[in-house]
Amino acid sequence: MIPDPSFLTVRDLYVQFKTEDGVVKAVDGLSFGLDRGRTLGIVGESGSGKSVTSMAVMGLHDPRYSEVSGEVWLDGENLLTATPRRMEALRGRKVAMIFQDSLSSLSPFHTVGSQIGEVLTKHTGASRREARERAIEMLARVGIPQPKLRVDAYPHEFSGGMRQRAMIAMALVCDPELVIADEPTTALDVTVQAQILDLLKALQEETGSAIIMITHDLGVIADVADEVMVMYAGRAIERGTRREVLKAPGHPYTWGLLASMPHLATDPDSPLRPVRGTPPSLLTLPSGCPFHPRCDYADRVPVDLCSTERPDLHPRTGHSSACYLSQTVKDQIRG
Amino acid sequence: MAEPLLQLTELTKHFPLKRRRVVVHAVDGISLSIGEHESLGLVGESGCGKSTAGRLVARLQEPTSGTVSYRGQDISHWSRRRMRPIRSEIQMIFQDPYASLNPRHTVGTIIGGPMEVNGLRPTERGIKELLEIVGLNPEHYNRFPHEFSGGQRQRIGVARALALKPRLIVADEPVSALDVSIQAQVVNLLQRLRREMGIAFLFIAHDLAVVRHFSQRVAVMYLGKIVEIGDRDSLYERPRHPYTHALLSAVPDPDPDTPRRERIRLAGDVPSPVNPPSGCRFRTRCWKARDRCALEEPPLVRLGGNAEGHLTACHFPEAPTTHGSDVVLDPALS
Amino acid sequence: MIRFLLRRLVSAAGIVMVVAATVFLLFYALPRDPARAFCGKLCLPENLKLLRHEMGMDLPIWQQFLAWAQGVVAGRDFPGVGRCEAPCFGYSFAKGEWVTETVLDRLPVTVSLSLGGAAVILTVGIGAGMLAAAKRGTWIDSLATSLSNIGGGMQIFFVGPLMVFVLSDTLGLLPRPRYTEFGDNPAKWFVGLLIPWIALSVIFYSNYTRLTRSMLLEQFNEDYVRTARAKGMSRRTTFFRFAWRGAMIPVVTQFGIDLGVLLGGAIVTELTFGLHGLGELVTQAFTNTDLPMLLGITVLSAGAIVLINVVVDALYAVIDPRVRLS
Repeated sequence: MIPDPSFLTVRDLYVQFKTEDGVVKAVDGLSFGLDRGRTLGIVGESGSGKSVTSMAVMGLHDPRYSEVSGEVWLDGENLLTATPRRMEALRGRKVAMIFQDSLSSLSPFHTVGSQIGEVLTKHTGASRREARERAIEMLARVGIPQPKLRVDAYPHEFSGGMRQRAMIAMALVCDPELVIADEPTTALDVTVQAQILDLLKALQEETGSAIIMITHDLGVIADVADEVMVMYAGRAIERGTRREVLKAPGHPYTWGLLASMPHLATDPDSPLRPVRGTPPSLLTLPSGCPFHPRCDYADRVPVDLCSTERPDLHPRTGHSSACYLSQTVKDQIRG
Repeated sequence: MAEPLLQLTELTKHFPLKRRRVVVHAVDGISLSIGEHESLGLVGESGCGKSTAGRLVARLQEPTSGTVSYRGQDISHWSRRRMRPIRSEIQMIFQDPYASLNPRHTVGTIIGGPMEVNGLRPTERGIKELLEIVGLNPEHYNRFPHEFSGGQRQRIGVARALALKPRLIVADEPVSALDVSIQAQVVNLLQRLRREMGIAFLFIAHDLAVVRHFSQRVAVMYLGKIVEIGDRDSLYERPRHPYTHALLSAVPDPDPDTPRRERIRLAGDVPSPVNPPSGCRFRTRCWKARDRCALEEPPLVRLGGNAEGHLTACHFPEAPTTHGSDVVLDPALS
Repeated sequence: MIRFLLRRLVSAAGIVMVVAATVFLLFYALPRDPARAFCGKLCLPENLKLLRHEMGMDLPIWQQFLAWAQGVVAGRDFPGVGRCEAPCFGYSFAKGEWVTETVLDRLPVTVSLSLGGAAVILTVGIGAGMLAAAKRGTWIDSLATSLSNIGGGMQIFFVGPLMVFVLSDTLGLLPRPRYTEFGDNPAKWFVGLLIPWIALSVIFYSNYTRLTRSMLLEQFNEDYVRTARAKGMSRRTTFFRFAWRGAMIPVVTQFGIDLGVLLGGAIVTELTFGLHGLGELVTQAFTNTDLPMLLGITVLSAGAIVLINVVVDALYAVIDPRVRLS
C-alpha cells in the first residue's frame, strides 16, 4: 500500500450513530488510500464497519442520525466538506456503487434500461434516446444476451446473475473513476460469483478505475484485490498487499479468519480453528485492542498493553498490523 | 451393508403454480441413503431442490411420488398421529437463526417446549446441560433470543434439536447466515455431536468446502436431480460430472498462489425448474454437451474407474484423474 | 391488460346479477306490500287486486325477477304506463316516474359529491402525508400528524353544519351548499360543493396522511431508494421518481374502500347539506316502500362498488409491474 496515494485518501474517518441505547461507533478512526487502476479489498465480518465506510465515502449517511468526521480526499477534493449539490454531481459520475442484493437494490417499478439511462440523463444531460442507446450498449458490455430486448425488462424478470450484471452496467455507465462494490457476489451462486468477478476485473482493465471491494470472503480478496485492509470493530487492524496479508498475515484476527475458513486445501478431518467468542458490541468497545478479549496471544504481550492501550497501524510502512506482538513472537506462534 | 437409517427412493416433489398452470420440478426422482451415524452432504446451487429434499426427509412436506423410508418403514404418507413416535427422532436445524426462534420465549422454553410436546419431561437441569453441550452459558437459561448473537442463536437451535435425542438431524444451510469466524465454531460443534452422540446428519449447503469438512459422503444436486454421489474423498479428488468439477473449481480459495485461470467458468445461470432442459439437465451450461445429452437422460451409475458407491449421471464424464491436474478447458469458455 | 379488464367486467356483471337476485328476493319477502301502499288509505279490494296484477305481483317470484332482468337488458312494457326502454329498472309507483330516469337525474349530484370529495380527500391527505414525511421530525410533521388525529373521530352531521355555520353564515367566504349542473356553470358547481367536500375531507383525510407518511418513510429505507441516491439523484428526484410508487399501493387499497364508504355515506351527507342526490332518493324510497326504486339504486351501487374494485386491481398493475393481472 502506498502511504500517500494521489487519488483517494481517507484520513481519521469516524462514523457514529445515535441510537436509543447509546452511541454506536461504527467506524472508529480509519485511514487508507487507493490509486487509480488498483483494487483495495476491505475484509471484515458483520459490524466491522466496512459497509459504513463505503457509505461515508459516498456521503450517503443521513446527517440527522449519524455523525461523520475526518477527511475523504478524492482527486484533491474533500468529500466530507463538499456541498450536497456537489456530492450529487459526483455520485454516479465520479464515484459509483454496486450493492449486494440486486433484487432489492434496483427499483421494481422501472425498467432496467431506464434505471441505467437515468444516470446518464442526470449527469451528462443526454436525451432519452441517447440514454437508451447507451443502456443497450452497456447491457451488451456486461454480457447480457439480447440487450435490445432486455433493456425494457423489469429487474424481477432477470435472474440473479443477470441482475447483478445490470447493476454493474448502471454503476459504470458514466465511466466512474472510483467504484465501490459492497459484497457484489455474496447473494450469488458460486458458479455465477466467478463470472461477476471476472467481469469487474475486465472492465477495470478497460477503464482504469479504482475499485474498493468490500467483502467478508477471503476467497474474493485473493481473486481480485491488489491491496487488502482487514477491519475489526470499526478499525483497520491490518493492511498490506494481497500477498502480504494472505500469505504472511501479522494480526491474530487475520490468522483466525484464515484458519476458520474451510477450503479445498485444508485437511477435512481436522477440526476447523474458529476465532473464539463473538465480535464486541459497538456500543461498548473493549478497552485497548478491540480484539484482545478474543485473542489467544494477549498474554504474550508484556504488561497489560493489549487491554489498556489501543494499537495502531504503522503510519508509514506498507504491510502493517495493529498488534503489539513482536515479529519474533509471531514467527514463533506461526511456526 | 446393514439397513440404512434413511432411504429415499425415486423421491419427487412438484409444486403446481396455480396461476400459470405450470409445475415447478423442485425434486425429481432422487434416491439416496444415509446410514446410522453417517453424515451425508447435499450440495447444489439455489433452486436445485436441496432444501425441498431436506423438508421431505423431515416430513415437513409430503412427496408427490417416491418414498422416504426410515429404519425400513415407508413413512412418506404417514399421518401426523402415526409420525408422532418418529417425529422426535428426525430433527431439523434451519438456516436463519433469527427467524426460527420465537422471540417471546426464553431459551429454556424454546428448548423445553418441543420436549413437552413429545412426552419428555424437561427439567431445568437437563436444559442447562444441553446449553452447556452446545457451548452456551447455562446461566442464560432465562434469556430471550434477541439477547444472543447470530452464532449463539444457531447454538440454541442446535440445543432444541438435541433435546429430543434425535437419530437424524437435517441441517439446512446451518452456517451460511453466520460470519466466517463463527461458522467454524458451529461446524465444529455439529461435528462433535455427530462423533460423540452418534447422530446421523443430512447436511444441506451450497458451500462445498464446508460440506467437505462435515460429510463422509456427498451428493451433488442440479435442478432437482442428483448428478453425482460418492464418498467424500472420491468425489472431491476425482469428480466425474462436469458440474461437480465446475463447482469444485469455483470454491473460494484464500491462497493468492492458487492458479486462478484454471477455474471453470460456467456460462449463464441455472435454468428454471418450471421447464427443465430435456435429457441431461446440465447440458445447457455444459462445455462437453453433445446431441445425445439433449435426447437421453444419463442414468446415475458407477462409471469405470470410480470407487464403490461413487455414482455419476453423465454421458461424457471427466477422466478419472485427480482434479485440477489436467483441466482442459474449452477455449470458447475462457 | 385489455383481456384482464374484459374478463373482470364480465365477472363483475355476473356478481351484480347475483346481488340483484338476492336483493330482489329479500325485498319481496318483506311483509310490506307496495301495491297496498300505492293504493292509498281508502283502498278497495278489487282495486288492490287490479293494481297487484298491473304491477306483476301476482306472478311467481322468479317470473317477476325474469321480467325485471329482461327490462334491464332489453326494456319492457308496463301496461297502463308505457314502454320502458333498456336499461329499464322498473316504474316507481310511489313517485310515478321511471326509476332509470329518476336515478340518472339524481346521479350527477352524488357522483359530484363523492368523486369531488374523494379528490379533495386525496389531495389534502396525501399532500399532508408527503409533507410530514419530507419534513420528518420537524414541527410541520408534528402538526400534520396531530391534526390528522382530530378529524378521524368526527361525523359529517356534526362537521357539516359547523362548516356551513362558520364558512358561510359567519364569515361569508362561501355560499351555502347547493348543486348546479356542471354543464350549466362549472364555477358555480365547484363553489356550491366546496363546503361538503371540505367537510368530507376533514373526516377522511387523516387515514391518507398517516398511511402516506408511514409508507413513504418506509420507502426511504428501501435499498433501491439508497441506490438512486448513490446514482446522484437528489432527494427530490428520489422522492418523486421512486418512493411514491411503493407508498401508493396501500393508499389505493384504502381509497377503494373509502370510495364505497363515501357512496354509502351519501345518504347522511346529502341530508346534512340538503342536496338532492341518490342518498336523498334512497331515504324517500325507503319511507315510501318504493321497492323498484330501492332495487334500482341498490343494483347500481353494487355495480359501482364492483367496478371500483376492478379499477383498484388494474391500478395495482399500473403502479407495480410485478403485479400480474390474471
